Amino acid sequence: MDHVIEVKSLTKRFKDVVAVDALSFNVKQGEAFGLLGPNGAGKTTTLSMLCTILKPTSGTAYVNGYSITDHPPQVRRSIGIVFQEPSIDDRLTGRENLEMHADLYGVPKSEQKKRIDDVLQLVELADKADFLMRTYSGGMRRRLEIARGLIHYPKVLFLDEPTIGLDPQTREHIWTYIAKLRGQQNITIILTTHYMEEADNLCDRIAIIDHGRIVALDNPKKLKASLEGGIISVKTSALQTLSAKLKEIDWVKETVEEGGELKLVVKDVNAALPRVVETAAKAGIRIESMSVHEPTLDDVFLHYTGKEIRSESADEYRGVVAIRRHGIR
Amino acid sequence: MSEIRAIYTLWMREVKRYTREKTRLVSSFIQPLLWLVIFGSGIRFAPIGIDYQKFIFPGIIGQTLLFTSMFMGISVIWDREFGFLKEILVAPVSRISVFVGKMLGGSTDAVIQGSFVFVFSFIVGIRMNIGAFLLSLPIMALITFGMVSVGLTLASLMESLESFGVIQTFVNLPLFFLSGALFPLAFVPQWLRWVSYVDPLTYGVDALRFTILREAWTPLFPIQLDLLVLLAFDFGMIAVGTMIFSRRK
Repeated sequence: MDHVIEVKSLTKRFKDVVAVDALSFNVKQGEAFGLLGPNGAGKTTTLSMLCTILKPTSGTAYVNGYSITDHPPQVRRSIGIVFQEPSIDDRLTGRENLEMHADLYGVPKSEQKKRIDDVLQLVELADKADFLMRTYSGGMRRRLEIARGLIHYPKVLFLDEPTIGLDPQTREHIWTYIAKLRGQQNITIILTTHYMEEADNLCDRIAIIDHGRIVALDNPKKLKASLEGGIISVKTSALQTLSAKLKEIDWVKETVEEGGELKLVVKDVNAALPRVVETAAKAGIRIESMSVHEPTLDDVFLHYTGKEIRSESADEYRGVVAIRRHGIR
Repeated sequence: MSEIRAIYTLWMREVKRYTREKTRLVSSFIQPLLWLVIFGSGIRFAPIGIDYQKFIFPGIIGQTLLFTSMFMGISVIWDREFGFLKEILVAPVSRISVFVGKMLGGSTDAVIQGSFVFVFSFIVGIRMNIGAFLLSLPIMALITFGMVSVGLTLASLMESLESFGVIQTFVNLPLFFLSGALFPLAFVPQWLRWVSYVDPLTYGVDALRFTILREAWTPLFPIQLDLLVLLAFDFGMIAVGTMIFSRRK
């Protein structure tokens, strides 16, 4: 019974749209938990409810033992948040932003300076602390926001798309900080992302969310293992015909057509490979190229939702929480 | 205790932001000067029993306080646009403290701006002393508490910067014209005077005339009444403002 977060059929409706649909899950103390899904899946909306910015339409959740509907102040005291959109005051310096945060969260004055220096160290911004935020790059701002979320020693740290819009190098950096956090402190991390790699690298368990519902929940390894076997991607002009032919074979567990490619989930890749070629040849279909790989989270997602994760698709964006104009991207 | 620290830090933030914006500090000198020198000279011969420029001087201070206070509401919109509002809203601080912190910050900025106008007193020939200025300070504060609250409230209701700009004009000008800043209310028709009595700025300007013009002008109301109305206005607006500001979707 050491769940630091318990979500109980949490639901949020915006007019006619159900953004979060009776979501339920538990997160253990010290776990790094990922909410993986495309934009508009309801990740940010879920997070906004958990950090008491949005009121649930129905259902509730407990964070650190406090109900998000009945005890928002206690919940707020227990959590740190890094929002998807920037949320720092760019007219203040980095240090001033951190000091203000410490004041708002009632961090004892005597400890304030040390804690600020510590978190600045962690995100390697100590030398930039007294510069105005407006002179910071996007990646530096993100790092400062992560630092800020840690000053008051939260039980749970929420990271909403922590690396969205950042260059690959900065992304790796931020992954390192998050990984460091996982190792060092007894802190629970809830992370939303639509990057497979990110969820795979950082999370102990992952909930795949689509249309406000959990479609799969397990650790990354098991999720990938749930596909049992390997993936063969076939590129050909006669996609449908080949797909239909292969579907008849019983060792082909699944076929998905995606982006001009046919993906086959098979138990034994090595044995299956020549027989796929054989089948194609018999049907007079010319194969342009073939590739084989271990299942990735991408395949898992594809398996559960029947579609590739969408990287950006504005019309699907239902979580109304933020004004997007000023988002970093 | 922690709430007071939160109010303090939010107040400090507004003041820091304000003092770092040099253009706003400079531009705040221009408008009052135009009213005093150009408008004041133009109507100098109005037969109101006192030099017109002297008469409108407290009124222009009131106007500066009103306009800057209302403008402070914009900070809510900026915070929302730049995402900072979320940082404040998830902090374990009561909404009333957030509102009061922002309000006090805006008021401080507006009072500073209003104080600049005192520099021009020599142009219109009012001999100010420190005592009169110090007496005016709490009145200026009382005016701005309520007016900044109105600005913050309107801004909380508005979706965009543009609509806030429009609504601001609709509120600013009537409050300014009705307040008796530019003409003695004794001269206006009865019905208009009653409308003016609803305008809180009327009492603010009246009180400022009391502290600045002293025996040279007979105020509309006793100073106690002015202060009482302003206080009631402040508390009322803080209550309404906090309520509107706290709405959760």
